[in-house]
Amino acid sequence: MRLTCPHCGDRDLREFTYKGDALALLRPDETANPQEWVDYVHNRDNPAGTTSELWYHGPCGSWLVAVRDTTTHVTHRTLSLAEAGK
Amino acid sequence: MQFACKSASMRYSGFKVFLEGLRGQSGWKPVWRDPEPKQEYDVIIIGGGGHGLSTAYYLARNHGITNVAVLEKGYLGGGNVGRNTTIVRANYFLPGNSEFYSHSLKLWEGLEADLNYNVMHSQRGLINLFHSDGQRDAFARRGNAMINQGDDAILLDREGVRRHLPYLDFDNARFPVYGGLFHPRGGTARHDAVAWGYARGADQRGVDLIQQCEVTGIDIENGRVTGVQTTRGAIRAKKVAMVVAGRSSEVAAMAGMRLPIESHVLQAFVTEGLKPCIDHVVSFGMGHFYISQSDKGGLVFGGDIDFYASYAQRGNLPMKEHVMEAGMALMPMIGQARVLRSWGGIMDMSPDGSPIIDKTHIEGLTLNCGWCYGGFKAVPASGFATAHLVATGELHETAAGFRLDRFETGRGLMDEEGTGAQHNLH
Repeated sequence: MRLTCPHCGDRDLREFTYKGDALALLRPDETANPQEWVDYVHNRDNPAGTTSELWYHGPCGSWLVAVRDTTTHVTHRTLSLAEAGK
Repeated sequence: MQFACKSASMRYSGFKVFLEGLRGQSGWKPVWRDPEPKQEYDVIIIGGGGHGLSTAYYLARNHGITNVAVLEKGYLGGGNVGRNTTIVRANYFLPGNSEFYSHSLKLWEGLEADLNYNVMHSQRGLINLFHSDGQRDAFARRGNAMINQGDDAILLDREGVRRHLPYLDFDNARFPVYGGLFHPRGGTARHDAVAWGYARGADQRGVDLIQQCEVTGIDIENGRVTGVQTTRGAIRAKKVAMVVAGRSSEVAAMAGMRLPIESHVLQAFVTEGLKPCIDHVVSFGMGHFYISQSDKGGLVFGGDIDFYASYAQRGNLPMKEHVMEAGMALMPMIGQARVLRSWGGIMDMSPDGSPIIDKTHIEGLTLNCGWCYGGFKAVPASGFATAHLVATGELHETAAGFRLDRFETGRGLMDEEGTGAQHNLH
């Protein structure tokens, strides 16, 4: 598996660290009720198929969003956080 | 002489093997039936893996509940119970886990007599190596916790380890062997046979094992489960248990639930068959690597999860490389062996690395999931506790800590590795 860093291009998997579901970017509003926070922190859709994830590219220090298929390990596209709107 | 048995009650014995040898092996029958699903059951168990089959078995054996169906989308034991590294141990540290795995090991020790089935349970001993003073202290503490739980643990020094494992690289200056925590009752079992033994025992007690039957929906009326939709039609049930670790999120979604689970891939490896050389289960304390030798002679070993979400049942090369490097650092002799196969299993990773056996907010719907990388050794006690919960509505005392709401409340988190109770740390 290889991933595309927005700055460095196509790189080996070993340069990246998985940082979890990209729903971490969808932080609830401060006024959200506790159940929304529980859902945000702990619960996951965990799809068998296409999912969006956060990855960290160690050598250049950038974070990215990878849209990837969990059943095939095919990465459809990668975005910088700026491109992802964050 | 009365040795003609119908298939459903055929008992295995040395005499039976001898008799069949005399009559050309003509008397063996299929070990379980292949029934059509009935329209209604008292209990439906989704998932015909180790945990689902043991749940069915203990529902019948302990609670007399036999109007039960196990629904399996593929074939019995075709998931993680056939894809693990077969290790059985009770060396957990935290209350909640400790009593559960202790109970499981006791069930393992009586399992073959109970099931009348050879699961090849081999208590060859397990040694967790340590490589620093700090690690020794942590293992000494773990060993004391195991002894307090009533299990066995012996702290070995370097020379003690050398007596058991003379083939380790004791000259390794980077990762010196300081000693090991020896768990003599730990060992291995034949993974497929565990599924088959429980399947046979459940079938003999009247449970319908229905294969090639995928659940496609869970029927809920007024907050109460009423049955399931399947590829072989609708089946009604008073109670339903989801026992599908690896696919828990997908099945729970049919009941409108989102779980604190992320699926990851864990790889394992086996070499060509060799003469006996590794007598124990051995784990390396300075890299994620553990190994045992199967009864066929293959060295069976593995490491950590790949650490990204996956349902692919295969991993990537970086973790393979890490595992091989760790193995070579610990026991260079295995560099002579050729690896035959590698494979991956889908792990239900929970935030704290411990499992879930609990009721859900839907009446009659029970959840068993989150086995992370430790589900195989748990098969007996997991089925025992899940059957108890389904039958009585009460948590079993050995599994009372496996609550679904512990992440929400923060009470009773069981972070065995001490890395933090959140996703992607276990």
